[in-house]
Amino acid sequence: MTTLTPVLTASWDRPDSFTIEGYGPYEAAKKALGMDPDAVIQAVKDSGLRGRGGAGFPTGMKWGFIPQGPEKDGTTKPHYLVVNADESEPGTCKDIPLMMANPHALVEGVIIASYAIRANHAFIYVRGEVLHVIRRLHAAVREAYEKGYLGTDIFGTGYNLELVVHSGAGAYICGEETALLDSLEGYRGQPRLKPPFPAIAGLYASPTVVNNVESVASVPSIIANGPDWFASMGTEKSKGFGIFSLSGHVTRPGQYEAPLGITLRELIDMAGGVRKGHQVKFWTPGGSSTPIFTDEHLDVPLDFEAVGAKGSMLGTRALMIFDETTCVVRTVLRWTEFYAHESCGKCTPCREGTYWLKQVLKRLEAGQGTEEDLATITDIADNILGRSFCALGDGATSPIHSSVKYFREEYLKHFEVGGCPFDPKKSTVWGDR
Amino acid sequence: MSYAPEVRERLEKDAKEIIGRYPKPRSALLPLLHLVQSEDGYVSDDGHEFCAEILGISKAEVVGVSTFYTMYKRKPAGEYHVGVCINALCAVMGGDQIWEELSEHTGLGHDETSPDGKVSLERLECNAACDFAPVMMVNWEFFDNQTPDSAKQLVDDLRDGKDVRPTRGPKRLCTFKEASRILAGLPDDQAGEGPSAGGPSLEGLKVAKANGWKAPEA
Repeated sequence: MTTLTPVLTASWDRPDSFTIEGYGPYEAAKKALGMDPDAVIQAVKDSGLRGRGGAGFPTGMKWGFIPQGPEKDGTTKPHYLVVNADESEPGTCKDIPLMMANPHALVEGVIIASYAIRANHAFIYVRGEVLHVIRRLHAAVREAYEKGYLGTDIFGTGYNLELVVHSGAGAYICGEETALLDSLEGYRGQPRLKPPFPAIAGLYASPTVVNNVESVASVPSIIANGPDWFASMGTEKSKGFGIFSLSGHVTRPGQYEAPLGITLRELIDMAGGVRKGHQVKFWTPGGSSTPIFTDEHLDVPLDFEAVGAKGSMLGTRALMIFDETTCVVRTVLRWTEFYAHESCGKCTPCREGTYWLKQVLKRLEAGQGTEEDLATITDIADNILGRSFCALGDGATSPIHSSVKYFREEYLKHFEVGGCPFDPKKSTVWGDR
Repeated sequence: MSYAPEVRERLEKDAKEIIGRYPKPRSALLPLLHLVQSEDGYVSDDGHEFCAEILGISKAEVVGVSTFYTMYKRKPAGEYHVGVCINALCAVMGGDQIWEELSEHTGLGHDETSPDGKVSLERLECNAACDFAPVMMVNWEFFDNQTPDSAKQLVDDLRDGKDVRPTRGPKRLCTFKEASRILAGLPDDQAGEGPSAGGPSLEGLKVAKANGWKAPEA
């Protein structure tokens, strides 16, 4: 049996966890600044840490892509670290409580990561709709400056770092790293064509690392305890711990920090089971952009490889659990409305495709569709997938394809009865009361 | 029309401080839009003009940016801007019913402000608090685990000027304008208030402690 491994969440039940006194001195940052920057990158590579923002790209390798030394013309461009704190993927709710309860783990991670990639300016791009989290970030940064952990000559090493907390303004697309960079430069947040990747031409066309909050916040523990310690948790190719976010129809939804490779069956058990008298119908392994799973998949190890092998993605470990009272068509419609709302409009397949998916799904949910409509939404999704600059469009197709695959009968049922066969009241929190 | 000289002077002082944090001034545009929103309760024509002037870019460019982002309002938001999450998970858990009942109770639809300017309503997409579903936000503070009744009570209390406390947030709920100032990068002094983490955020830690589970020793 897998057991929980609180690291980032270990201090959250302390009333002072978000203050610098509660967090303690930045010992890991001090240690890192005494190392060669390349040795810091090597340590993160050796730990096996993979990006916690969804894609799972090896963090140390990303840092290693930043070109060091002068350009061909002899000039040197500044390097930047940008933390992606724009957590907005439906179901994903780990970075927000992390930054509220433990912002210093992130700030300390920023110092270590910036030092490793030789950046003297770093940014935390946080979504705007979380006011108290933004207060806590500002306070943590201010405290770190006051202690001399940020600013000039940090720990007497001669290393300088400025850190800015930057609030977004309501756009899911800004969680896409190149859209985030455009937004941080003061433009509409629309994705850029890659390559060039941010490591070569990122913020202000300079070498830039964009990392997720949880990735960066995990770094101090790796430096403090060693890469082997981190790699001792998790599975062969998905090392370490991660925060698993359970929401929906479970008895105790919440944040469960566990080694990668834990199963949903184990997690639901820890969360007190599915809500009483009900069963799992479908769930997402990592947010709405990851194809849904059903009760067949409760024993799939939640790591990058095993989830991928079963046709979904680990994503952000955003486990939204829906029981048998939930209409899958309605749920997919709501996700689709979200993608249509958040499509930035740059690429035609995504902009037009999500709009039409929404129209057809509305008809389907109302029981006014035909079986032909199922072919239509599948066809639209096929024409979005892989045909846009960024992954938003791809994400929009995940609920469509996976729901038609597992719940074709339920779509058909809507036409047979001429409406939704479910009572929406039954799926509510108070539906059983 | 443009800002009165004393308003402009005050805004310029704040704007310069914000711009000074960035390697390139244009990066300050999003914070500056929050700043002018903190003055007017929405991004007004004056606000657009102010941002354009201070950054030396055209007003059209500023409008092009502000209209892209949903948090910038094109007409005055209420003193208390109330959001109900209607993304899939919250909708299923009761957000749809909350929205319907609240909208009927207040007579307000999506993006509408009450005639007295007290409250405005918005249908929100996911606000990253799914383990607290159904979720509402007021001036971007968390109001977790809502029901139709608690939602209506909340809005009634806001209209009656009663004290309202966010679930995970400071003791005092700030106004929409005050919230916008914090978003501009000029925080108030309430960061220390409220819990470190609330309810569901601690469930995993509780289970770990009850079972004596820990991360391995270094």
